[in-house]
Amino acid sequence: MSNLLNVTSSPHVRAKDDTQRIMLYVVISLLPATFFGIYNFGFKALVLVLVSVLSAVAAEYVFDRIVHKKNTVLDLSAVVTGLLLALNLPSSLPWWMAVLGSVFAIVVVKCLFGGLGQNFMNPALGGRVFLVLSFTGAMTDFSDYAGYADTFSGATPLATLKAGGSVDTLRMLIGNIPGTIGETSVIALLIGAIFLLLMGVIDLRIPGTYILTFAVFTVLFGGHGLDMNFLIAEICGGGLILGAFFMATDYVTSPITPMGKILFGICLGILTGIFRYFGASAEGVSYAIIFSNLLVPLIEKITIPRAFGIVREGKGGEK
Amino acid sequence: MGLRTFKGGVHPYDGKELSKSKPVKELMPQGELVFPLSQHIGAPATPVVSVGDSVLRGQKIAEAGGFVSSPIFSSVSGTVKAIEKRRVAVGDMVNSIVIESDGNMMECGFTEHEDVSALSNEEIINLIKEAGVVGMGGAGFPTHVKLSPKEPDKIEYIIANCAECEPYLTSDYRRMVEEPEKLIEGMRIVLQLFPSAKGVFGIEDNKPDCIQKLSELTKNEPRMSVQPLMTKYPQGGERQLIHAVTGRDINAKMLPADAGCIVDNVETLVAIYNGVRFGKPLMNRIFTVTGDAVADPRNFSICIGTNYAELLEAAGGLAQPAKKLISGGPMMGFSLFDTNIPTTKTTSALLCLTVDEASMYETTACINCGRCVEACPEQLVPSKLADFAERGLKADFEKWYGLECVECGSCSFGCPARRHLAQSIKTMKKQILADKRKK
Repeated sequence: MSNLLNVTSSPHVRAKDDTQRIMLYVVISLLPATFFGIYNFGFKALVLVLVSVLSAVAAEYVFDRIVHKKNTVLDLSAVVTGLLLALNLPSSLPWWMAVLGSVFAIVVVKCLFGGLGQNFMNPALGGRVFLVLSFTGAMTDFSDYAGYADTFSGATPLATLKAGGSVDTLRMLIGNIPGTIGETSVIALLIGAIFLLLMGVIDLRIPGTYILTFAVFTVLFGGHGLDMNFLIAEICGGGLILGAFFMATDYVTSPITPMGKILFGICLGILTGIFRYFGASAEGVSYAIIFSNLLVPLIEKITIPRAFGIVREGKGGEK
Repeated sequence: MGLRTFKGGVHPYDGKELSKSKPVKELMPQGELVFPLSQHIGAPATPVVSVGDSVLRGQKIAEAGGFVSSPIFSSVSGTVKAIEKRRVAVGDMVNSIVIESDGNMMECGFTEHEDVSALSNEEIINLIKEAGVVGMGGAGFPTHVKLSPKEPDKIEYIIANCAECEPYLTSDYRRMVEEPEKLIEGMRIVLQLFPSAKGVFGIEDNKPDCIQKLSELTKNEPRMSVQPLMTKYPQGGERQLIHAVTGRDINAKMLPADAGCIVDNVETLVAIYNGVRFGKPLMNRIFTVTGDAVADPRNFSICIGTNYAELLEAAGGLAQPAKKLISGGPMMGFSLFDTNIPTTKTTSALLCLTVDEASMYETTACINCGRCVEACPEQLVPSKLADFAERGLKADFEKWYGLECVECGSCSFGCPARRHLAQSIKTMKKQILADKRKK
């Protein structure tokens, strides 16, 4: 053998899934909710989705060019960010605001902190909150929804609940209600979530504890006790399902330790409850996730998993 | 008994179908054979022959260099050609005895023991030591040391590591299919040393024929049983195997004996049997030559010391250009830059792959996905450990239990960012352990 071969450290084989493929799975999982949103809100929603995705990708491409970094557009994470942002926008939002949100999400929240893997806050939610603070009126105007106006009168179900009304939970499951483009159909979101669970992209630790904690909090402090209509509406509404399965589970901004994921879910549930029942707004998922994102380093620090075979001190002692 | 396993692990492509149906073929070595003096953990062996000496097959050519050490025997008859440094599979240059085979395979006499049960424990341990038996699964820990724990009465389990969880390897499989009796007799000898222990054969369920055969052969053995294990890498890792079989956990600072266990690999038990029953030192082992680049993947019974190139040739050579040569399996084996190295007591396979997956992918940013955490059989956080390692943060590395790493490579295997996690962690571990030795 005349030509010498590469010598590398073991292991010498690798699994198939890479970052791009994982991001592709996430995009696929968001498609049911995206298509339902477009069906529900019409052409304007389609435009917003395309504009958000394209401007997110373009922003990353241009940023990488300007700072002479290796082009990372192909990892598809910008597509995920753009799509998630679009799903968090009301369909009536002017398209240029979506562009602003996307660019803010990619450039300020992600790239300026070092790009994929370095951001401490979910970029899509960072972009959404930026828009809510900048264009509060446009971002909270859900009057675009044409159907069933007599019950909801353009208010989201949660706003109706907060005002003391009651809502049709079946419609919330299907999704023909006012809201942001991607948050309304619980069924479409769950189809995507099940896909992600089956593909091993996410597990139930974060979304499960989040929803469970929030449900318990709602029963205890929601003011309606065990009123199932209220409870289901609170869980299905306000982007909680979208947030729990698709945004709280964002790898980069959630804890990596198994116990940390559970603690993170509990934080999310409690914060969402506090924001909804003790705050001024009817919603609170975005803020709960963003706030919990900031706690991730602390959560990881206190949830270092005990290695295999290490006995907890005081319980027989470490050998 | 149901399937048992451990938490974590990965499922790499197992590639065993390439060679698993190929019966073991004896291979007559040609020309020169090389015997590195360090082919075990512990002190190197000391040569007892000089250049120009004639040696017989089975003759001791180097004696143990201490208690934790092991003698080395010539596997052929011939002449000592040189005692010099030669390259071995892990890449080091190691002082070695080079013997030119005369092709006659003249054996020296061996002392048989027809009634092993009449031997005392000391006699058995001494026979094992004098047969040069070491852990043949890869670590090469001298077996007589392993079989001399501080408190022999506390040993409750003798576990035969029949998992063979490394992809592609089929040497243990062939041994179990072709000569399971030798394995069982080896177990019987070890059980004789530990009267309060029971013997368990832990076998992955991708080898149902072995599970069936060994179950049948041990059905009248009150002290032996077969434990089917889930097929998952690294099921054959010592700590993972002990956990699966006994439910007991050991960490890096403990020995299996601390959990009342002794673990021996298939080939090691067979070597114990040959050494004690027939007085035959360790001269041969089963070796797999496989991989998608090999023309005719096979299992050979080789004379230890045979050159890898010769084995590859015996398997028909390369059908396609190999991009990667590995001594051992793809998960924990050592990559080679060429095949001019000798087989030793601990080398089990030559794997020739047409794709070099470890170098073909570009490393991208960690996305914190946690796949390494799910894969780690030691419940560590490899991505953090690799970060600490790359930034030289030794204290953090130890705080996150970095020294518990078993170097199985599951984290790197599953990483979607293609980070070389195991490599960084292994390197840091070595540094910290070296620091500790200095103190």
